[in-house]
Amino acid sequence: MSPRVVFPNKILPYLLVAPQLAITIVFFYWPASQALRQSMLKEDPFGLRSRFVWFDNFERVLTDPNYLNSVKVTVVFSVSTAFASMALALLLAVMADRVIRAKGFYRTMLIWPYAVAPAIAGMLWLFLFNPSIGSLAIGLRWLGIPWDPLLNGSNAMILVVAAAAWKQISYNFLFFVAGLQAIPKTLIEAAAIDGAGETKRFWTIIFPLLAPTTFFLLVINTTYAFFDTFGIIHAVTGGGPGKATETMVYKVYSDGALNQLLGASAAQSVILMVIVIGLTAVQFRYVERKVHYG
Amino acid sequence: MTTTSFAAGIAAIATLLSTTSAFAVTEISWWHAMTGANSEVVEQLSKEFNESQSDYKITPVFKGTYPETLNAGIAAFRAGQSPHIIQVFDAGTGTMMAAEGAIKPVAEVLSMGGKPFDKSAYLPGIVAYYSKPDGTMLSFPYNSSSPILYYNKDILQKAGLDADNPPKTWDEVWEAAKKIKSSGAAACGFTSTWLTWIHTENFAAWNNYQWGTNENGIAALDVELKVNSEPFVKHFQALADLAKDGTFKYGGRTSEAKQLFLAGECGIMTESSGGLGDVVKSGMNYGTGMLPYDTEPQNTIPGGASLWVFGNKSDEEYKAVAAFFNFLSQTDIQARLHQVSGYLPVTMAAYEKTKADGFYEKNPAREIPIKQMMGKAPTENSKGVRLVNLPQVRDIMNEEYEKMLAGDLTAQQALDNVVSRGNAAIKEAMGN
Repeated sequence: MSPRVVFPNKILPYLLVAPQLAITIVFFYWPASQALRQSMLKEDPFGLRSRFVWFDNFERVLTDPNYLNSVKVTVVFSVSTAFASMALALLLAVMADRVIRAKGFYRTMLIWPYAVAPAIAGMLWLFLFNPSIGSLAIGLRWLGIPWDPLLNGSNAMILVVAAAAWKQISYNFLFFVAGLQAIPKTLIEAAAIDGAGETKRFWTIIFPLLAPTTFFLLVINTTYAFFDTFGIIHAVTGGGPGKATETMVYKVYSDGALNQLLGASAAQSVILMVIVIGLTAVQFRYVERKVHYG
Repeated sequence: MTTTSFAAGIAAIATLLSTTSAFAVTEISWWHAMTGANSEVVEQLSKEFNESQSDYKITPVFKGTYPETLNAGIAAFRAGQSPHIIQVFDAGTGTMMAAEGAIKPVAEVLSMGGKPFDKSAYLPGIVAYYSKPDGTMLSFPYNSSSPILYYNKDILQKAGLDADNPPKTWDEVWEAAKKIKSSGAAACGFTSTWLTWIHTENFAAWNNYQWGTNENGIAALDVELKVNSEPFVKHFQALADLAKDGTFKYGGRTSEAKQLFLAGECGIMTESSGGLGDVVKSGMNYGTGMLPYDTEPQNTIPGGASLWVFGNKSDEEYKAVAAFFNFLSQTDIQARLHQVSGYLPVTMAAYEKTKADGFYEKNPAREIPIKQMMGKAPTENSKGVRLVNLPQVRDIMNEEYEKMLAGDLTAQQALDNVVSRGNAAIKEAMGN
């Protein structure tokens, strides 16, 4: 459809893509190939003795109940984080959209948490909910709610989900506000004249028209919960108590970096890589084509 | 593994930076994991060493927590950029020991420094822990500590307990903890840091119970864990029972529980002797005692860290390392390190000097760990604990202990899991 750009020079196009290619090779293909190689080796931590074992590491990982547990934890964590952050962001966006005075101020304040680094967000929540010194934990105890994320797996999960979701709310908020502004006011006014109440207007007009934004955010939030929350989990729970908050990404770290099981850790990285490739393919095929941007 | 290559890259840069300005002076690097006041000691020692002579220069580099430092060292070795000296924590001893081609035994390095190496000058309990089964000293003990009992005198008095006679046995500790809780003197009676190091490894050695086969890994590294025997089950069931109503409070896997004690939330705590500095700093009215035991104490085992020397360096560099270790072994330096940091002295001379100076009369807490460690000749259960993958096995223990303290498992179930999961992990690590 768009006219093809034709370069008269045969070499120039390759030169132009060379920097990008070089970066991709150094920062993606090279480490990825190393991970693939490592995933088929059995090695001591120092690399003094090494043996090629084909797919032994994968077999070991996939039959390990702890790995299957980390898959389950990842699903619970990602779904809860994505849902919580998107639902709250949507609520805030709809509210902020209605505010008449000091709209800009509210929006700026709501976008701020996005600038907080994951580990710091984690520490913040850790302090608030630390069972002995956290102010919010003391409040919970005062209300008679038992709270101990150090030993109770569900409490720990709630804590990391809250920290991860809180950090992502701002980002989602930004997109939802933009999405809301793109909805023609005339449609809403017409519905109001026809006698549709606020709730009805939201579910039948606003929410469907926001679908492209919602879908886009769903992909982004899932990817975020999968791969960008390591810092939070590392700072808040370290995967514990037991293995209650050990996600797949965290397990790659604890097996590889803490326990020096390089083969098993590399095999898990390769599995994650396959998942990322799958997610990206879904995003390109489905999101880009089927959802039209209003 | 992208993280490994990244760490290796950083390591390479750090090593390059620390060696390029060499000009007649032999430069060596020292990777360490010390923070706060202890990191100042590292800087101070390096400065003093560099000023004391002009042939060698040592550069200390902070590499993060203990596991991070070990990891950085391994990554650097794989990239061919290892530092000269690396500080490795007790649990990493087995990992380093198994890597024979990567390290150079400290005994060899010291004898290259010109002076003959005299093992008898060092504290036997500590040196034995850092030696091969045949007696060759592999690493240089830098900061050694042992677990002791701390208690808050005000809380004990409030609970109607004798604040000058802390509980000696575990049963007495449980009773005292219950009394503290029931009298309302504090929200919790007892807490402890490091359930793995203190309540498993040291619990075994101090009571002369078997922790694992092959002298807990000291004689040979293929170990079968034995921690699901009756004394361990009884001990952990007691902890689990006390945890139900908060008489025992869990703080975390490493030293987090210290905060509970410092905040006055718990009346009694077991913690490393290296934690004394923080207790003193908090200004509380504290007392110390020996680590509690069941019926009769044997000896405790050292924790902390030692300095390892990497292989494939030049003779000149090894001479520099030897000079630094000789500098560290001086009686004045050792005595000062011991008195300032709370870590154990490495040489007998430093211990004798501190004693002669009358330091222990004013600071009895500083002598407790030494007495605990030197009281009796170690048995096969109390020489130490050594595995190729002790950090991993400790993690398995922590996971099961957490499930037990949350009430999901009984002590017997948790310890059975520790043994079966731990043995499988050891077998796999040995199969490399």
